[in-house]
Amino acid sequence: MYSVRLWSVRHSKGLARFYAGFESCLVKLAPLWRAIGYERAERPVAAVERMVKKVLFDCKMCGQCVLSSTGMSCPMNCPKQLRNGPCGGVRANGHCEVKPEMRCVWVEGFRGAERIPDGLAKIRVVQHAVDRRLEGTSSWLRVVREKTVKPS
Amino acid sequence: MMFTDEPVAGAPLPILPGHSSPGRLERVLRTGAFAVTSELAPPDSADPEDVYKRARIFDGIADAINATDGSGANCHMSSVAVCALLARVGYAPVMQISCRDKNRIAIQGDILGAAAMGVTNMLCLTGDGVQAGDHPQAKPVFDLDAMSLLEIAVGLRDKLTFQSGRKITTAPKVFFGAAENPNALPLEHRALRLAKKVEAGAQFIQTQYCYDIPLLKRFMGLVDDLGLLGKVHILIGVGPVRSAKAGDWMRTNVPGIHIPDSVIARLAGAKDQALEGRNLCVDLIQEIKTIKGVSGVHVMAFKQEESVAEIIDRSGVLGGRIPWYPTRDTHTSDRNPS
Repeated sequence: MYSVRLWSVRHSKGLARFYAGFESCLVKLAPLWRAIGYERAERPVAAVERMVKKVLFDCKMCGQCVLSSTGMSCPMNCPKQLRNGPCGGVRANGHCEVKPEMRCVWVEGFRGAERIPDGLAKIRVVQHAVDRRLEGTSSWLRVVREKTVKPS
Repeated sequence: MMFTDEPVAGAPLPILPGHSSPGRLERVLRTGAFAVTSELAPPDSADPEDVYKRARIFDGIADAINATDGSGANCHMSSVAVCALLARVGYAPVMQISCRDKNRIAIQGDILGAAAMGVTNMLCLTGDGVQAGDHPQAKPVFDLDAMSLLEIAVGLRDKLTFQSGRKITTAPKVFFGAAENPNALPLEHRALRLAKKVEAGAQFIQTQYCYDIPLLKRFMGLVDDLGLLGKVHILIGVGPVRSAKAGDWMRTNVPGIHIPDSVIARLAGAKDQALEGRNLCVDLIQEIKTIKGVSGVHVMAFKQEESVAEIIDRSGVLGGRIPWYPTRDTHTSDRNPS
């Protein structure tokens, strides 16, 4: 929801801190996910993730969440799906060129990043092209897998 | 400026050590000369002569000519084709690539194809939304953004790989650039965004119109603070405004364009507003040339392209230098009344 999404950016600092804790819990639960099987866990976890993040961020389930690097403003809400900062068409009132009624996702994102201790350092990192195959999948489980699978 | 190895029309220059491309724009910028680029509006036609007619307007004043890629989301001849036509006769085109109309498969193919046809400069852009143009019913693609496009383009050149990791056999020898808008929100973070583009591989930047000098100076100061001067060549966007009314319309209706009230007032107070618009452009160019870190100007004179020569001549920024053009060395006298 749009108003909740703006609220989330205003509270980016707390949300970032909460997510850091939440992520380490998820990672600690790795043995559980492995026991269930990532494939089997995928659907229910993705469903929960979708529900929670839809409310808080208008999440589009791109499957490769970068909220911690974008000031808690979901870049997939940008009509151009820009993941590396605003386009040059931001209106003088800070609203979107394509959807004039919506605040620019990236003007919001930078505000959110300013509130997070290392937010501006993170927003500066270049995000690679999106892997469209991951759309609809759980970012949470992907992070757990990436953090627990030892590089061979 | 004459290089000892000036081209036969259409044939590439040798690539100098440390250079990415065989193009003249990169050479001019790397010698430290103040560069001038301009912009050609691709025709709504299938006649190559329409392209050449539009290019000749810039003979002797532009180091490179941008070919827009469906600018404003309006349909025109493709930038790939315009640039191939221009390169064929020796012009130095800057091929604009927008992420709006093509996915990564099409774009990478275009980069290889255009480079094969002699295009040596490419500008990686996000692109306007489809709602802005003449086909608002079209599907916007935006598979990539300007930043990921740059990364992929540079990967083709420097790593000889497609984004998929699959190898290519011959790299596109291209000088890659990107755009920036120093006037749009969030103002204090625009320089940081430029830093990201440089990190992603941008070697030159062409900006949106800059009519607000104090704002531009602040932006360039931030760019300097981030240690970017020397890492990227920055060309500032300028252009003549036809009248106070036109300026006011632009700033109200074209997102991303900022024109201060003082500029509108200056035009409104003039007897010949179009002339005053050109005078203003000359003044801006001269002032911009003095700003630390600026490598040149990008003159965008949509539907007033004929005025660019006069503006550049009067600004004196070329300092007597005559950028190469197909018939320069046979009729230099046309454009250089000494």
